[in-house]
Amino acid sequence: MKRSDEFPQASRRTVLRSGSALAACMVLAVRPAKATPDEMKAAIHKVIGEATIQTGKVHLDVPPLVENGNTVAISVSVESPMNAASRVKTIHLFNEKNPQPNVASFHLGPRAGRAEVATRIRLADTQTVIAIAELSDGSFWQDSAEVIVTLAACVENM
Amino acid sequence: MARALINVPAKAKPGEVIAIKTLMSHIMETGFRHSSTGDAIPRDIITSFVCSYDGAEVFRADLYPAISANPYLTFFTTATKSGPMTFEWRGDNGFVAKETAEIVVE
Amino acid sequence: MSRQALMRLAHFSLAVLLVAFGFAASATEIPLSERKSGYEFMGPQSRAMQDDDTANPGMLSVFDGEALWNAKTGATNQSCAGCHGDATQSMKGAAARYPAFNASRGRPLDLEGQINLCRADRQQASPFAYESRELLALTAYVARQSRGMPIEPTIDARTQPFLDAGRAIFDLRQGQLNLSCAQCHDDQWGQRLAGTVIPQGHPTGYPQYRLEWQSLGSLQRRLRNCLVGMRAEPYAVGAPEYVDLTLFLMWRARGMKFEAPAVRP
Repeated sequence: MKRSDEFPQASRRTVLRSGSALAACMVLAVRPAKATPDEMKAAIHKVIGEATIQTGKVHLDVPPLVENGNTVAISVSVESPMNAASRVKTIHLFNEKNPQPNVASFHLGPRAGRAEVATRIRLADTQTVIAIAELSDGSFWQDSAEVIVTLAACVENM
Repeated sequence: MARALINVPAKAKPGEVIAIKTLMSHIMETGFRHSSTGDAIPRDIITSFVCSYDGAEVFRADLYPAISANPYLTFFTTATKSGPMTFEWRGDNGFVAKETAEIVVE
Repeated sequence: MSRQALMRLAHFSLAVLLVAFGFAASATEIPLSERKSGYEFMGPQSRAMQDDDTANPGMLSVFDGEALWNAKTGATNQSCAGCHGDATQSMKGAAARYPAFNASRGRPLDLEGQINLCRADRQQASPFAYESRELLALTAYVARQSRGMPIEPTIDARTQPFLDAGRAIFDLRQGQLNLSCAQCHDDQWGQRLAGTVIPQGHPTGYPQYRLEWQSLGSLQRRLRNCLVGMRAEPYAVGAPEYVDLTLFLMWRARGMKFEAPAVRP
């Protein structure tokens, strides 16, 4: 019996294929680097439960093209009388492609007076940002915006 | 060194809706980055911010790693009476910072 | 587009720039009346961030610097304020005149170098590391006192050789892309490199808060970024070449308004 029958030589292609299969497993084993639109939906579901979201009332103000994704000025305002009978309780911010879908939740007290918040956020990539407002009557309203993120040409780490 | 910049109007009329701006010194390390030697850099962020005034919590924020370094927050509240406004930031690794600003309402 | 893809595009654009303009005649200086601060190339959000002291993250360091200015330290237990008094008066315009010639060193020093010299000679304290929180904060506090004032480094017989050395670095084609500072910032300002506008490269607001860094940083740090972008070997941290180049850049920006702490993308 020839030695090669006992130990059939794996072809180069087989080795490469098993190598790539191994690599695929390793990729699956690590945490995904980015959230997906599905993960954003799941994060939103966690906040609103079975309620439906209507479009309107909310105004999301974010530049369509940002100079650096590390610091993106963003503000959200919601049309509301902001009195005891009808007010905005919470404003949530979500993103589609950062490692995590949640950005922030802002809880407005009964004396807020105006439903408007502003902050600065990180956007890892060009993506959609969603603002959802929860009103005192239990309804949810949203606005969304697509933001294009550009990068500096000469950065510290190549 | 924790340091904050807080912008509250010195004076307001009762019932006036006033803007409050806060800027807090913090790196907001996301926990998703690696050092040049390949080690994961652990998350170190501010997770919550609360502003209290005249016996009530007037604004609260839950923050995630997507908030930029040196978190900047602006919001509104209604001036009710003279007194202190307190601000509290809490975060990973036991981070706590408290600041106070006085407002005169008349 | 992913960050990697954008970076590749940026590198590709640099290479195209090299091919397209690599054989152009030597750079021509920007006429004084056509000079623009990087501020003018920014979007309204970034401008707003710089303009409002309560929204400018660089101001956090300025306040840190104020505390350091008044803190006694070193073997002599001396504070900056002990010699210089109220910085809002004594440091007015100082940063806009740096780098300045130092007789004991026989060469110009930048603001960071001067602060560390004061620490060594007057306070008998150890120097702050470059890019340390403390050095950036003290520099930012001193620089803040010159905001709105014209940049005017002193050029005389003593500083002229260092200005010339700085100009030579600015015009020197170097790195794997064989590119000079002048080819981008004198000849191609206003054009785009990938998604970003090439500014004229005036150091009007250092130390500055760069969104890319998510922190305050010095001009030396920015110059190292440029050199890395050109794929050239950066000079060692604190090297005199940076000071010579800074002197040339400040002279090139003479008369322009000082903006520290500026905000840039």
